[in-house]
Amino acid sequence: MPGKAFAVVVVIVTLVIAYCVIAHVWWMPVDISVHGPNIDHQIEETIFGAGTLFIAGQLVLAAFSFLYGDSKGARKMKSFPGGAKPLIIFAGVVVGIEILVLSFVGSKAWGSVYFTPPDPDSVRVDVQAGQFAFYFRYPGPDGKFGPLHPELINEGTQNFFGLDTDHDADSKDDIITAELAIPVNKPVLLTLHSKDVGHSFDVRELRVQQDFVPGIVIPIHFTATQTGRFEIVCTQLCGLGHYNMKAYLEVISQADFDNWMKQQAAMQ
Amino acid sequence: MKATWKIVVLTSALLTFASALLHTGSSVSAASAGQVTGTVKLDGTAPHQKGIDMSKDPSCAAAHKDKPVTMENVVAGANGGLANVVVYVSQGLAGNEIPSSQPVQLEQKGCQYFPHVVAVDVGQHMKILNSDQALHNIHPQSTKNAAWNKSQMPGGPPLDVTWANEEIPVPVKCNVHPWMQAYIVVVKGPYGVTDDSGSFKLDNLPPGTYTLTAWQETYGTQTQNVTVAAGKPTAVSFTFKAK
Repeated sequence: MPGKAFAVVVVIVTLVIAYCVIAHVWWMPVDISVHGPNIDHQIEETIFGAGTLFIAGQLVLAAFSFLYGDSKGARKMKSFPGGAKPLIIFAGVVVGIEILVLSFVGSKAWGSVYFTPPDPDSVRVDVQAGQFAFYFRYPGPDGKFGPLHPELINEGTQNFFGLDTDHDADSKDDIITAELAIPVNKPVLLTLHSKDVGHSFDVRELRVQQDFVPGIVIPIHFTATQTGRFEIVCTQLCGLGHYNMKAYLEVISQADFDNWMKQQAAMQ
Repeated sequence: MKATWKIVVLTSALLTFASALLHTGSSVSAASAGQVTGTVKLDGTAPHQKGIDMSKDPSCAAAHKDKPVTMENVVAGANGGLANVVVYVSQGLAGNEIPSSQPVQLEQKGCQYFPHVVAVDVGQHMKILNSDQALHNIHPQSTKNAAWNKSQMPGGPPLDVTWANEEIPVPVKCNVHPWMQAYIVVVKGPYGVTDDSGSFKLDNLPPGTYTLTAWQETYGTQTQNVTVAAGKPTAVSFTFKAK
């Protein structure tokens, strides 16, 4: 009896999980990026592959416990042909093939983000992560970012990036903001750099999640297709204030973006 | 055995008497103490103060919906007065001043510090309050006092802290809200902090000759010698040149 009961429970749990995934009960938020469908498609494929194996595995487990779980008396234990060594090799090969297939299929989605050069006319924003906030820098009217001098970083004077506006002509018109505003349907190129530890830039709706690595400037580009206000969160545990490390992404029309830029320039 | 007891009792009695004598001899009563009053002025116009964007934390931004916030590195008030300047005695203290007994207060409100500059005597108690809906951490970047970093929940109990060593200034920041900046100026003896009109007052200063120093976070320090007489205020003024 316990074997059959267990089999029934396994089948019910499997069906409930499968329903939740197939019916998109807890699904990803709506996608607002041009490259997003590739990633969503890849996620669907991965879930389909892994889900099929998951359901098959659970059904086999249920079938065996249903058929043999309650049998009385001694039965001869049967092992995998050849014992443990071939079993491990067999499992390793199966999992290895699965991972290789996933990476091969997934490389298309990955390449669409990382191997495609950014549009030369992209809106460029320099993003700095630090414990525990993001700050954004726009190049201003001259279109050039001034050089960074980390030793000049001073939060007391709001010099979050370490700009030397007295000596660097390119820094003078740089606009520092606490919010990331971008025009809708325009390619955007972010350059990510961290001032202290590892962080991550994640906007679920944009299907963009990219780590910050201290010492490296990492470019990431995308195009947003819908206006709205979205959360940018840090998804790399970075210290005690990690839970509060966030900013907002404002996707707005070009006209609104120009106005916003003027307002931000006035706040400098 | 009996003799030892006698020595102990005698010695302690003598010591008590001596310390009592020392105490009454050196302490200055409020009546005979002098006072320094004055103003700190800004020569020129204050530099542009950058705006602060608090959108990272919606509860902070909501507190300033109607009035945008700017930085407070140079706060000039009416009639050219310069606020947030700490005036203290840098030389000439004999160590017999009446210590400041009332606690000073540093409040976190609307994700800003009030006051932006707070002065405190060595050993004087300081109360730190969080009146916000947000969690703050208080992180004084001290180098001459023990460094610490404490979180304070919304509505959490006030912190009570004291400072062991003179340190001018101790910058204070909140790591959760990087725009938040205050300065704690730990001095020895009487001090005054200028208000919006640039006026300040140093009480309980025994008569004597002193060097006064005025400290401003952007412009640095200025010093001036002053002779304080008993029972009447001495007027002093400082002027910082706007840069």
